[in-house]
Amino acid sequence: MADRRAARLRPAGFDDLGLQRALSDRLLPLLVGAMTFLAALACSGFFAAATLARHWQEGAANSLTVQVPRAGDPALAGHAGTRRDAALAILGDTPGIISVRALTDGELSDLLRPWLGRSAETLSLPLPAVVAVHASGAGPDLGKLAARLAAAAPGTLVEQHEAWVRRLSLMALSLQACAGLMLFVVAMVAALVVILATRAGLAARRQAIEIVHGLGATGGYIAGRFARRATWLAAFGAGLGAALSLPVLLGLAGLAAPFAQSRIIAEGEAPGGLPWAALAALPSELWLALPALPAAVAALGWLAAQATVRLWLRRLP
Amino acid sequence: MIRCEGVGLRYDHGDGPEVLRDLGFTVPEGGFRWLLGPSGAGKTSLLRLLHLAVRPSRGRLLLLGVDISATGRAALPYLRRRIGMVFQDFQLLPHLSAFHNVALPLRIAGRPEGQIRADVAEMLRWVGLWRKVQALPAELSGGEQQRVAIARAVINRPTLLLADEPTGNLDDTQAERLMQLLQEMNRLGTTVVVATHNDGLVSRHPAPLLRLANGRLVGGGSVRPREPARALDPLHHG
Repeated sequence: MADRRAARLRPAGFDDLGLQRALSDRLLPLLVGAMTFLAALACSGFFAAATLARHWQEGAANSLTVQVPRAGDPALAGHAGTRRDAALAILGDTPGIISVRALTDGELSDLLRPWLGRSAETLSLPLPAVVAVHASGAGPDLGKLAARLAAAAPGTLVEQHEAWVRRLSLMALSLQACAGLMLFVVAMVAALVVILATRAGLAARRQAIEIVHGLGATGGYIAGRFARRATWLAAFGAGLGAALSLPVLLGLAGLAAPFAQSRIIAEGEAPGGLPWAALAALPSELWLALPALPAAVAALGWLAAQATVRLWLRRLP
Repeated sequence: MIRCEGVGLRYDHGDGPEVLRDLGFTVPEGGFRWLLGPSGAGKTSLLRLLHLAVRPSRGRLLLLGVDISATGRAALPYLRRRIGMVFQDFQLLPHLSAFHNVALPLRIAGRPEGQIRADVAEMLRWVGLWRKVQALPAELSGGEQQRVAIARAVINRPTLLLADEPTGNLDDTQAERLMQLLQEMNRLGTTVVVATHNDGLVSRHPAPLLRLANGRLVGGGSVRPREPARALDPLHHG
């Protein structure tokens, strides 16, 4: 209580331990700034992986692709019309399916063009009919659906995208874990930088600390002086690092926009031209994380300095 | 009140040689003691012990009514605030002005800034340094630094005042003024222990003695105040 009151009443900038010289205002902010820059990149990687995973899941998790070979042949098992018609009818009747759409010949040619080139339309290959199916949350019973389709159109394949989505999600999760690990390592290095700087400060100001300690300063008083200085330097460096990371992140967001949900940059939908579009391309979580980084680094600096000084003070009676 | 019962002190976490041995004495509340002995006898170590800069390696030390051996670290800072110490080498903070050096104990104790300004101004005026409030220690002479150190030690009106050769850098006039201050504080109830080699000072201001030699107490404790120190302690040899 008395210490807090004393802290309030001390003249602004009063530096009894001489920490303005002992804790460098250049090296510590520079190193912490570099760590924050890396942390911002790790954060963006974390959120980008999460966005991609969400995008893939939303776009493909409930999709099926049905391939009907010899689509123009008559359907079997009492179905009228061609096998394509029968498949479309069966799919349309199946509970759990929201929409069914047969790809046109042009769309099929587009799909094959990367492999067959422009000759895809003129080769007269026996291409199967391809039906894109969008299912609801639970989806249809795939075993029964495949059996009904095979009865009407033998050789029909039902491909579920869930397996691919699961693999992609796992990959995205791995990327997120890597980004999280990087964030953790960066935080530990930043804490280590503060600890080393604080220890150097303790060594440099040992006599002043012993004098103040002898005058009745508590561990909290001395640790508080160090922590205040370390917090300010860490916050300053972290703010600088976060600010410098912004243009890099905007550039990366612009590059990633076509692959993610945000089509703003790619399609020029944002008002006000490219600068606004670039800003809007950053995930909203990152806009929260960027200003939070300096605050988190400052808190880390405070904790690291407090712990270091209090541990060091245990050598004094 | 100070009471030592079989107190011993070793440095280096108890691994070094014993610099104080089997100390047993009592200084009553409001008492005054000269601490005498040749160089290396352990005077500074005893003052450090009484200033709580070190803890006794053995024995029992009661200081201001608190058993130090049984007290946790957290309580010691508040006890130290009741103890003023004048160091032989001043121990001023070189980057702080005379004003801020003297104000330091009050700021640590959380006194209001208005009171700090008034008290420090009065104290610096008393020690004759009011014109040098903004001077850094390096800009002051040895005697002036000594006076700043004394002002810092007494600014908090300590219950126990310890001084290690406080007149070492003072001229006779300043030394007498310091003794007047110490005696005045003693008269107001402060317990005072002063280590010195200054025989003249001890003669002019007789008081009970604590005499150390090779870390042991070899005399004192039964001397009546106001009697000439030499007469009471014929073993004294400065």
